[in-house]
Amino acid sequence: MISALSFRLTKRFGTRTVLDEFALDVHGGEFVTFLGPSGCGKSTALNLLAGLLPATSGEIRLDGSPIDHLPPERRGFGMVFQNYALFPHLTVFDNVAFGLALRRRPRTEIAQRVRRMLELVQLAEYEARYPGQLSGGQQQRVAIARALAVEPRVLLLDEPLSNLDAKLRLEMRSELKRLHADLRLTSIYVTHDQAEALSLSDRVVVLRDGRVMQVGVPAEIHDRPRTRFVADFMGYRNFFPVTVDRSDGDLVLARGKDLMVTGRPVTPLAPGAAAVAAVRPEDIELTAELAGPNVVRGTVRLTEYLGREHDVEVVVDSGTTVMARVAQPVGVGAAVGLRLPPERVVVLPSEDSP
Amino acid sequence: MSVPALMLPAAIYLLVMFVYPFAYGVVLSLQAKDGGLSLANYLAFLLDPWQARTIWVTASIAVPNTVLTVLLALVVAYRMRRGMWMERTITTALVLPIALGTVLVAEGINGFYGPKGWLNQALLAVGITDPPRLTHNYTGVMIALLVQHFPFCFLMLLGYVSGIDPALEAAARVLGAGPWAIFRRVMWPLIAPGVAIAFALVFVMNFGVFPSAVLVGQPAGATRTIAIAAYQQAFEHSDMAMASAIAVVMGACQLVGLGVILVIRRRMAATGVATMGAGKR
Repeated sequence: MISALSFRLTKRFGTRTVLDEFALDVHGGEFVTFLGPSGCGKSTALNLLAGLLPATSGEIRLDGSPIDHLPPERRGFGMVFQNYALFPHLTVFDNVAFGLALRRRPRTEIAQRVRRMLELVQLAEYEARYPGQLSGGQQQRVAIARALAVEPRVLLLDEPLSNLDAKLRLEMRSELKRLHADLRLTSIYVTHDQAEALSLSDRVVVLRDGRVMQVGVPAEIHDRPRTRFVADFMGYRNFFPVTVDRSDGDLVLARGKDLMVTGRPVTPLAPGAAAVAAVRPEDIELTAELAGPNVVRGTVRLTEYLGREHDVEVVVDSGTTVMARVAQPVGVGAAVGLRLPPERVVVLPSEDSP
Repeated sequence: MSVPALMLPAAIYLLVMFVYPFAYGVVLSLQAKDGGLSLANYLAFLLDPWQARTIWVTASIAVPNTVLTVLLALVVAYRMRRGMWMERTITTALVLPIALGTVLVAEGINGFYGPKGWLNQALLAVGITDPPRLTHNYTGVMIALLVQHFPFCFLMLLGYVSGIDPALEAAARVLGAGPWAIFRRVMWPLIAPGVAIAFALVFVMNFGVFPSAVLVGQPAGATRTIAIAAYQQAFEHSDMAMASAIAVVMGACQLVGLGVILVIRRRMAATGVATMGAGKR
C-alpha cells in the first residue's frame, strides 16, 4: 500500500531546539530526502517519524489519520539504518523473516516472501549465512530486504550508504534508485551527501539547525539555491561579496572589489543591496582575456590532478582565492583569466535568511 | 624479550601461589592416619551423614541464591541499559557493598534485619507482634549473599546489556516487536552467554560461602556449609588431612556446577544463539 505522509514536528532536548516546526507533505510514492550537515536535525526527524523518539509537539498523519499515538511497532513503517542493525544471531533468512514472523503469517507465506525479497536485492543464495559472514554492501541489502518484507507503508532510510566505500556506495545508490522505480514506495531518505540527494530524490529538503532552508526538486536546489548555506552545501565554492548595481530582467549587474559580475538573482534584489555572487568551480572557464565583465585575473597557486580534470586554486589580484575546475593543465605561477558565465552565476542576498 | 619470557613472572606466581598449595592440599587429603596414601578421609566425610549433609546444605543455599541474584541483576541491568535518571547515584549505591567487605555487610544485616534490628523495631512499632526471624538462619545467609554478590553480577550484566547496539532494538521495534518480543527474540539471545558466565561466577562464590554462613547464619545447623565443615576440621579438630579432603570435595562440586553451566552455554552457541554477541565473549 502506498501512503501519503504529512507532518509538522518540533523537538527540543532541554532548552536546545533540534527541530523547529518542520512541516512537510510527502505524496504517495514520493522519494523525499532530508539533506543537511550533521546536527541539522535530519536524523532526529526520521526517528520522530518512526516513533523511536517522542516529539515535543506536532503531529504526523498517514493518509490523513494521525499516527502520533502509535508506538513504532504499530506504525507499519520500514526502516534502514546506517550501521545496518541486522540481528547478529539470526541468519539472513530469519532477519528478513523477522517482521513477518511477528505478524504471525503462515510459514509457507513467510518463506515465499523472504525468498522474493532476497531475490529483489540479489542475495537469494545467501539465506543461510549469518550477517557477520557478509560484506557491508550485502549486509545493507539484507537490511533493505528486511524493511521491505513487511510491505511498509513508508520506507525510512537513515544514511544507508555512508558506511560503504565509494565504489559500493555508487552501486547501492543505483540499486536504491531501481528499487524505488519498481516499488514506488513512499520513501524518506536522510543524508549529508548532496550527490545522493540529487540522484535519488523526487524532492530535497535542505535542513540547517532544525530549520528548513529550502525545499525543491533536485534541479531547483542545484541550480537555484536560495541562500548562501544551501549554495555552499550544493557545491558552490566561490563566493564574492558584491553590491547590486541594477536589475536587468532576469539578470542583475553587481560590483565587488574583485569584479563586475552579471548573474541570476534568486530573489528580487534592489539596487544598492548587499549580495553575494556564487559560482561553482566546474562552471568557471579559463579565458585568454584578462579583463572585462565577469572576468577575474589571477595567479595559479595550486593545481590538483583529478584524472579527467584539474582543480586549480587561483589567487585573484585583490587577494581573494578562486577555485576552478578546468580541462587543460595550467602551471603553478601562471597568470590566468577566469570567466564566470552569467547564466551560471547566482546572486544571493547576503544575509543568510530563508 | 620474547613472549614466553614475559609470561615467566605470572607462571612463577601461579606455580608458587596456586599450583603448589593446591597439589599440596590434594596430597595431604590422601594421607591416612597411619601415614600411607588412601581415600579414607574422603570416605569418612562422605559416609558421615552429619558431614555429607553439608554438600546438600551448601547447594540449597548456592543454587537458589545464584538464580535469584542473576535474575535480579538481569532485570535491573536490562532496565538501566539505555541509561536512566540519577544513573550514577543508583549505580554507586548498588555497587557499594563490594567495597564494604563481607563482615561489615553481615554486621549491617544483623543491625537492620536482626531480632533487635531497625526492621523489627519498626514492625513492632506498627503493631506486628510476631515479626519473622530474618537472621541467624537460612534467610539471613540468603540476604547476605544477595547483598554481596548482586553488585558484581549487576555490573557484569550491565556491561553486556549496554554493549548491544541500540539500533538492533530500534530495528526490531520498527519491524513490529513489542518490549517482550524484543527481549525474547533479540536481546536475550545476545545476553544469554553473558548471563551464563555471570551465573557460573556467582555460583562458585556462593558455594564457598563461609563468613556470611557464620555471622548471619546458623553455623551449627541450617547453614552449616561445606566451608564451615572444612574450617572445623582444620582449626577445631586440627585434622588438616580431613580438612583438605573436604576442600577438594568442595572444589569438585564447584567444577561440576561450572561444567553444567558451560555445557548449556555451548549448546546455545551450537544453535547459533551465542555465535555473535555483544562484542565480549
